[in-house]
Amino acid sequence: MAMVLSRSPAETSKSQAPAALVDPRALIDGRHRRQFVPRWLQRLFGPMLLVVLWQLLSSSKVFDERTVPPPTRVVRTAVRLIAEGSLQEHLFTSLLRVGYGVLFGITLGLGLALIAGLSRVGENFVDANMEVLRAVPNFALVPLLIVWFGISEVPKILLITLAVAVAIYINTFSAIRSVDAALVEAARSFGAGRAELIYRVIVPGSLPGFLVGLRLALTASWLSLIFAETINAKKGLGRMMTDAREYFQIDVVFVLIGVYAILGLASIIVVRFLEGRLLTWRRVYDGD
Amino acid sequence: MTATELVTDTVVIARDVRKTFGDNVVFNGLNLEIRSGEFVALLGRSGSGKSTFLRALGALDGDFEGYVLVPERRAIVFQDPRLLPWQRVLTNVTIGLPATAAVREQARAALSEVNLADKAKVWPRTLSGGEAQRVALARALVRQPELLLLDEPFGALDALTRIKMHGLLQDLCRRHTPAVLLVTHDVDEAILLADRVIVLTDGSISLDVDVDVPKPRARDSHEFATLRRRLLGELGVTGELQL
Repeated sequence: MAMVLSRSPAETSKSQAPAALVDPRALIDGRHRRQFVPRWLQRLFGPMLLVVLWQLLSSSKVFDERTVPPPTRVVRTAVRLIAEGSLQEHLFTSLLRVGYGVLFGITLGLGLALIAGLSRVGENFVDANMEVLRAVPNFALVPLLIVWFGISEVPKILLITLAVAVAIYINTFSAIRSVDAALVEAARSFGAGRAELIYRVIVPGSLPGFLVGLRLALTASWLSLIFAETINAKKGLGRMMTDAREYFQIDVVFVLIGVYAILGLASIIVVRFLEGRLLTWRRVYDGD
Repeated sequence: MTATELVTDTVVIARDVRKTFGDNVVFNGLNLEIRSGEFVALLGRSGSGKSTFLRALGALDGDFEGYVLVPERRAIVFQDPRLLPWQRVLTNVTIGLPATAAVREQARAALSEVNLADKAKVWPRTLSGGEAQRVALARALVRQPELLLLDEPFGALDALTRIKMHGLLQDLCRRHTPAVLLVTHDVDEAILLADRVIVLTDGSISLDVDVDVPKPRARDSHEFATLRRRLLGELGVTGELQL
């Protein structure tokens, strides 16, 4: 004991210093790395790698050209379809359906989420119904919608509306109910009325959950579109797909899958943009 | 019309306040009066119900029996700042008040009183713990409260920041002269800041003393040490533990 105490600080450091000491900055990787390629382009590396692999396998005849056309042929087909004007025409019709469906769906889902989220009476009336609607596969509603609304635009838009409304509702409702009660109590104690409580505390507090819902809703809207356009559609991507299948135009099928992929990606970009603008107050981990 | 008009100098009246929580007696006939501008520190052991009493006076919890009157203009500073992370600092200060230019001006004035004039536009998440708690203080002050309820407001701060906050709070109270009820478990903090210290034991006030330590209050003065020993004894801390 006495020996330890009598040892001078210099001796202590001498006996320990030569071991492994490192500059802490050397341990922080990633964050200091220079970004030579823009972030959005980096994010396309995965899909691009897949396309290159696909082309290689096609060129080396591993893939049968009749069932898996090479990317080059798919691109040529896409160019031809665009030149003929048919792709834009069908795409526009589909976009219009999705647009209406998303618009109505967000309105409905958000309205119901607020009704159920803000009051227990509202929850009693709305929540179980929405859970049931979520449990029912979208496709199972198609025959009913045809019987009720015929083969007009109504059942098609309604099918998308329901899918979007459910996704928005489920996430927004749970987000409203997860708003920190301590913040609600504080706001009340400083005199915030019901209106101010809703627009200053509850709505902004549940925005992250709403945006998760929006992301799922947009994905669901494209999925529902495919179902919806099996309802005797004269135009739309679904109609194009049906025709391509009938006439065994595999390259057109591939083009359409590509179009769906791009539309899905575009939806995600929209939500990311909204998240960036609306959630600037957050400090969250966003990957290395 | 109400009893408040009869007793002009008193801002808090609590008589025979009772509350039970299952078998657990929280308040067992609690009596307290606080005069206008008086700084009262409420001490108590952990779980003694001191925060529950503050919540009752702050109209956060109405589940108690007895006769209680508090002023209309009250404000609370919680242990955690409770700032809305999605609203800028200034909006956090003005919450619950009419959104007028005059109110925003008052809020800016309150922020400069807590030395945060330049933080009005930032997000609360970018503030340090001490800064966030100063915003919470500004949010309370901007309401010009007759009664300021402080629920262990410095409990989560580091020792150095706490000392600075004590100084700031003393300045603010001198300027605004609200009645203050400070709930704390820190005996030194209570003696340092309060005009009067009360101790809550087993659901009622077991000790009620005026702090007659001359200002500025030095921790090493004889009066400070004597009162400190007495209060710690009342809280059940005796012998060597007091050091």
